[in-house]
This record gives sequence, C-alpha cells and structure tokens, in this order.
Amino acid sequence: MTDVSRRRFLAYVIAAPTVVAAARWADAGTSTTAAPQPIPSAPGLSDTYDLNDLLTDSTKTTANMITVRVNKDGTASFALPRIETGQGITTSTAMLIAEEMDLPVSKVHVTLADARPELKQNQFTGGSNTSISTYTPIRTAAAAAKQQMKGEAARRLGVSADHLTTRDGVVHAPDGRTIPYADLAESAAATSTRQIVVALKDPSEFRIIGRPHGRVDAHAAVTGRKTFTMDMHVRGALPTMICRPPTIKGTVKRVNNRTTVTNMPGVTDVAVISGGVAVRARTFGQCIDAVRALKVTWNPGTVDKDSDKTFLAELKANELPFGAPSPDPLADVVDESFTFYWKSNSALEPNVAIADVRKTRATIWSPLQAPIFTQQEVADLLGFSVDQVKVHVLPGGGAFGRRMFSDVALEAAEASKKFGKPVKLMWHRTDEFRAGRMHPMATSHVRATYSGGSVLSFEQRHTSMATDWSMGFGEPLSASMASAPPAGLGDQGYSQGVWNLTINVPYNFGQVDHAIYEIRKYDDMHTGSVRNLYSADAAVARELVVDKLAKAMKVDRYRFRQEFLKDDDLASGVLHAAAKAARWGRHMPAGTAQGIAFHSEYHGKIAAVAEIDCRPSTVNRKKRQAVTGPRVTKLVIAVDVGLPINPRGLEAQMMGGAMDAIGQILTESMHLRDGYFLEGSWDDYYYTRQWNVPRDIKVIVMPPSSDAPGGAGEFGVAVTKAAVACALAQATHETPAYFPINHFDPLPFHPFPTEPPIPQSPRDGLKHAR
Amino acid sequence: MGKHTFRVNGERVTVSAPSDVRLLWVLRDLLGITGPKYGCGIEVCRACTSHINGKAFNPCSVPVGQIDSNDEITTIEGLPDTVGKKLHPMQQAWIDRDVAQCGYCQPGQIMAAVAKVREAQQAGREITEADLDDIRNICRCGTYHRIREAIHEGAKQMAADD
Ligand code: FES
Ligand code: FES
Repeated sequence: MTDVSRRRFLAYVIAAPTVVAAARWADAGTSTTAAPQPIPSAPGLSDTYDLNDLLTDSTKTTANMITVRVNKDGTASFALPRIETGQGITTSTAMLIAEEMDLPVSKVHVTLADARPELKQNQFTGGSNTSISTYTPIRTAAAAAKQQMKGEAARRLGVSADHLTTRDGVVHAPDGRTIPYADLAESAAATSTRQIVVALKDPSEFRIIGRPHGRVDAHAAVTGRKTFTMDMHVRGALPTMICRPPTIKGTVKRVNNRTTVTNMPGVTDVAVISGGVAVRARTFGQCIDAVRALKVTWNPGTVDKDSDKTFLAELKANELPFGAPSPDPLADVVDESFTFYWKSNSALEPNVAIADVRKTRATIWSPLQAPIFTQQEVADLLGFSVDQVKVHVLPGGGAFGRRMFSDVALEAAEASKKFGKPVKLMWHRTDEFRAGRMHPMATSHVRATYSGGSVLSFEQRHTSMATDWSMGFGEPLSASMASAPPAGLGDQGYSQGVWNLTINVPYNFGQVDHAIYEIRKYDDMHTGSVRNLYSADAAVARELVVDKLAKAMKVDRYRFRQEFLKDDDLASGVLHAAAKAARWGRHMPAGTAQGIAFHSEYHGKIAAVAEIDCRPSTVNRKKRQAVTGPRVTKLVIAVDVGLPINPRGLEAQMMGGAMDAIGQILTESMHLRDGYFLEGSWDDYYYTRQWNVPRDIKVIVMPPSSDAPGGAGEFGVAVTKAAVACALAQATHETPAYFPINHFDPLPFHPFPTEPPIPQSPRDGLKHAR
Repeated sequence: MGKHTFRVNGERVTVSAPSDVRLLWVLRDLLGITGPKYGCGIEVCRACTSHINGKAFNPCSVPVGQIDSNDEITTIEGLPDTVGKKLHPMQQAWIDRDVAQCGYCQPGQIMAAVAKVREAQQAGREITEADLDDIRNICRCGTYHRIREAIHEGAKQMAADD
C-alpha cells in the first residue's frame, strides 16, 4: 500500500442495474469551487470503508450531481455538462476518469450532457473554467465507481478490499486471481442509493493525468465522421437560412415578393422572424438563392449613423479620469494610449441549430456554451415551461465566445414555430461577419510614473463599447442580473465585475489602479467577448508600457520584468524558461527583433517571446487576396497552469491562442461604416493564415507546480499578443497606437453589397482544381 | 429538375436536383455525405475541399450540372480507399501529430494536403515551406503549425508507399 496522503471526499452510489457512482457537481452560486467536500483524514480509515451507510433521498441529493456509469462491457460512460469545441475537454475528462478508475482512456466514453437546469451556473463553458471546476467532482465519482467494484470483488474473492489492486479495468488479488470490471458492473451495482467516502489518488500516484494524450476524437475528426450539428439528420429538419437587414439590428418593414420566392425551386416556406426573413428549402444552396431573391423593405438599425470614427471619439470622451493620488511632481511619466478595433469571434462552423417545435414541446440541437440559459430563453420565446424544452448540446466547430449566446437557437425555434415544421438553421459566412457578434472596440490608456530605480505608479483606463454579458454565467439567474442589474448600475456593474476578476498588474509598480468604463448599451450591437475577455487588449497596453519603462530606466526588457515581478518563483520561472529557450538577447538583424511579455490569469502564469521580421522582403510578400506584412518568425511560450492534465492538449491550446494573437496585432479587424461592417468573408477578415504562421513555435509546459489544474483555453492569447506587439515596436522603433496595425491601410478587398445580404456561390470552381 | 449521375467514393450515384445547385449541397443535403464541411460557400475557407479525378477542388463552387458521368468525386470518407487502407497516410500523420482541435476544418485540410503533396511529388520534388505557406485553408482553432508538421510526415509516407 502506498503511504501517500489521499484526500477523502463524499460520493454516492446510485441504485441502478449497473454500477453508477455520483458526486456533487458544484454549489449553485459558485462557479469555480470544486463541489465535493474534503473529509479530514481519520487515521486508520480505509480507502474502501463506507463511512455512512446513509440511506438518502436520491432525487434530492443527486439532483445537482454528475454520474459515472460502468457499462456491462467494463467500459465507463460519462455525460459532461460542458461543451467540447476543440479545447480538448472530452479528452481531459476521459483521462480523469481513467486515472481514478484504473481504466485505459479508450474505455471511457465521454458525451455532452443535455441542458440540466438543476445544475444552475455549472453547465456553462467559458472563462477557461472547465478544468478548474470539474477536476475534483469527476475524479470523485470515478473513484466511487471503482471502490464499489472493489468492494464486490473483495466479497467474491474473500480478500479484504485493501489488498486488492486495480489495473487496466481488472481487479487483481494478491494471489494472482483477477476479475475484470465487466464481470463486476452488474453484480456490484448498488441496490439503494447511499453516501460513501472515497479517497482520491495523490498526484504522485498519477499514471495518466499529467502525461501527453492524443485527442479521443482524433480518428473521428480525420475521417469526417465527427458529427457536428450541421451533419445531423433530424427527420424533416430542412435547410433554413435568414435574409438579414443591411445594417446592424435593422428590422423587416415589408416583404415585397414573398409568393415569388416561395415558388422558387426547392423552397418550402418563407416567413418573417425577428432576425429577418427565414427561408426553408430542400438544400442550403436553394436557401442562398431564395435569400438573394427576396425583396425586403427594411427599417433602420441601431447604429446606422455610426462608424469607427464616431465610436473612437465617444470612447475618448468617456474615458475615466486617472486616479487621485497625484504622482510625485518630480517623477518622470510614461503616458500611452492604444485603440483596439472590432474583432469577429466567429468560429469556422457557423452558427447552427436544429429546432423541432411542436404544440406542447420543443427540441433543440446546437453547440451551446450556456445550454441552461438557452433552454430558458427558448421556453420564454415559445411560452413554454422549461421542462417542455429539450436542449441537446452538440460538439462545436470552435466557439471563441460566440456560442455563449442563444441567438441561433432562438431563431431556429422561432422559424420552426412559424413554419410548423422542423428546421436546420445555418448562418451564411457573411452573416457571421456582418450580423454576428463582435469583440467590442476599445481604448486602453496607461500612465506610469517612475523615479530613480522605482516605478511609483501605474494606472490603466480601459474604455470599451458595451460588452454583452447577458448570458451571465450561463443560467437565467445570473443572466437576469446582467440585463437588469441592481441599484441602477446599468451594465457597468457586470463589466466591472468581470474586469476586476480578470485584470491584474503583476508587477511591483507602487500605486496600481485600473478601471473600465463601457459606453452605450449592451444590446445596441451584437457584441460578446472573444477569447480571453478584456485581458487580450488590456495586457497588450500594459506590456507595451512596461517596455517603455524598461527603456526609459535603461534596463533590459527581460531583466526589468524579472526585477519588478511580484515576488513569485513561478512567475519568474516561466519568464526565465521562455527567455532561455528563445535565446533572449541574441543578435537580431536590423528590421527584426524579439519581444517578451508576461501574464497571469486563470490561476496560472505564462510568458512568451516572439521574434518578428519587418524587413521589406517579408512585409511586401505578394499573395492573392491576402495580407502578408510583418511575419512572426519564432514564438516560444512557457506556461504554468498548476497541474497540466493533458500537456499535449495544453500545447495545442497555447498554439491556437497564439494564432488569434498574431492576427489581432497584425492583420485582423472589422471596419464599421455607417451602421454595418465591411467585412464579409475570410478573404476580407484577415485572421491568421498559413502565410502568417511562424515556422518555429515552441510551447514549454512547466512541470506541475500545484495539485490543482488552472485554466487553459484562452491563456495563450493575451501574452502572445503582448509579445508580438512588443517585438514589433522594437523592430520598427515605433510603438503602434492602434491594433491591428493594418486597420487604416487601404482596404485590400471590395466589400460585398449589403443587399442582397449574402454573396452567390461561384460557378467556376472546376477551373481551380489542382 | 435534372438527373445527375457520377461516381462518389467509388460508387455510382444518381440524384435529382436543379443543375445549378452546387455540388457541396448535393453531397451534404441530398446524399448525406457530410465529411466536406461548409465554411463560406464562396471558395475561400476550403473546409469543403474534396477531390475530382484526384485533384483538389471546392464543391461549394461547382454546380452539379458541371459534373460529368465519368467524374470520380472523392470526399474525406473515400480517401482511405484510394490507397486501399483503413487510413490514408496523411490521416495517420494527422493522428500521430494530434493535429485536430475542433476538427471542423480538418477534412478539408487533409484533402488539400494530399493533393498538394501529390502535385509536388508528380513534379518530382519534395514539399517545401513555401508550398505550405500557399495553403489557403482556414483553421480557426489555429492548428496551422501541426498541420505543417503532419504534411511533412504524411508526404514521406506517401512517397514511401508509392
Ligand atoms: S465552403 Fe467551400 S471553400 Fe468554404
Ligand atoms: S480544428 Fe477547428 S477549425 Fe481547424
């Protein structure tokens, strides 16, 4: 037996035909704390001893629970109340269960749970919170399932459970006898639901957690078998699209040719819904034709008189003044302001939902980050109670904040109700850019003062177009707070909260003070926070000013950060690791440079070094319908997330975040003009493409520094953006005042017309076959 | 409404649809072949990339009426059969490098990669970094770096199998 100290938790075994074990998910009201309560270890308490054979009311105590089920074939199943959108949580979840059950990862089946309103906030995927909040509950349930089977094996073998070991789904007795889980799944099933105490492995015992593991859905993904909502077949759910207004949040005044369009080939239905005019047809191609053929008279939108320029003036005018403690009049000042333009958070899989609305019930299938919220909103829309609405969560083809909202599910429900038929509603790519949610435009103003060898103060004022936080943390209670906040705080209350929870200045800079102010209303435009919330912009402003301070104080930018970092070995460790691997300070030819940045968030620390090439031969590369420009040639990221569950998945997340970062600094933004965005395709919106990708990327996953995991999904964005921006400023000897740096270049594309709202598909594709 | 006959993944199919409907929708909405993904419908994102007679193309931008009865369409589902294996070496390389994140772009990425490598190999040369820079397929999850690694690896195996 091991002599490690194992923490004990309360779990449940549930009366069922096979072994089913449960753990409390998380307390309503706390979105981050792990739910199962640790039991103080009592000397001599056996790992397999049932503390309380409490017979409990199963529905009451298990409502807020997650369950691991052992199947007759010895595999385990688990329905995860989160959404997999590429971040790898089905893999890391399978690893957690496999670890505690001593099963191969391949024998754990993780699916996505339907909306479960009883879980309150705890079915919300966002803020990189999944690993943090699910780590203990999932392991607790898995450990309970194993314990239950060991108990039955002990009885059958006549050996104390303490003397049994488990490996690869088999129980082993000291004398060599074995029983596979498959033979225990039914006989070990509980006949009544009761509470038990289980011990979780000590991290020193881990054989799966912390080791790189390939994605559990890799095979399905590369064979085309992974099923997205778009790929689902639901009887009668024909393709449906929407003809949308020419300006943001415009509305339908009149449809002028409804009959003509209804009679077009393949078209079955045409109806006005809140987002525009919905059309349903046999194929999406025929939906596109119908949308383009519609003649609609539109009412104006909400920002028809606005453009980038009007917003910039309003942001500047509304910036909060810097704080009171007036700096030492003799101190020197660094004062910089930056503008961050609109970013689209659309994923590659467009918004999509299948809806089947009947007289007394509705069913929705969609990739949803906040399914409980969606269930409530759909119920409200249809005048149903929540239990008349079933919401199935499907894996998403990316999320990036976009799928926190119910937009497409509501449209699908509305269309299905109007048509009296099921629909598969998809957004066109151009809808995604023009009618989809944006990360709001913002400015970030930083003032720092220094004197001698000290930084005396550091103040940051972030001013942003209002961000829509109305999804709250994914369930209606907290969401209603965001749209109708208490005490007349307006939306400011919620954004302040998010800002204060996520933003920090990790350096010893004397008087530190940062604040956010948001203009207009959260629903004036379609906004939402793209990956990494406010940090992605705020950290860029902060780190660029850190560089300015280092230069003014004549200290190397790396050394400066090391010296001013708040006393923390982990912070210093990632900075050192990134600098060392990137050979910080090596000679760089003119026109190229290194940049370094540090960031801390999500219970973790991260540092990045970027090398950029701004020489004309690189900047002026020619590619058809593309933005080339400066190229990040090398990138090193060192990340400490406490306990990395799957280092390979973490690496992928960091690289993915870096691709966002590179685009957001160098190439990608939306241009608002007279109430609509000019961009309408990936060849207008210059998200990172292969020709912008660094050829050399290294991610260093630091060894575990804690026995609890931190967040990872968004962590790579802010730090890489800052490192790239700092490298650029160094290479060009000029600190950019706005991002991306190409925002004011002549548009490299011809904007699509706004009427019809979507472009026709080309017909000459065969010419380009090669 | 015309009848259109051609071969998909080794099977002869006949569908009724107006000739102007793009092949992507014929495959996805009428034939239920969902490996090729929609990402733009205007030949930009390349998520729908498939092969016609062994060459990469984007079925979102080809009316079904332009497909000849002798044309052989290969989608990701039919790729392994073209080498008579359970997985094409490029798919295997993708798994070995754990390329996919959400996976939505990956059928298109793999089909584009196979054609790109074939083109280079038929010209008697190896795939270069410049070739990789030319790949237009969007990966919104940002798996680009592993895609590059996997293409190099898959190319080696394709050459060895030849
Ligand atoms: S859907 Fe065919 S290229 Fe985008
Ligand atoms: S893996 Fe998600 S878009 Fe490429």
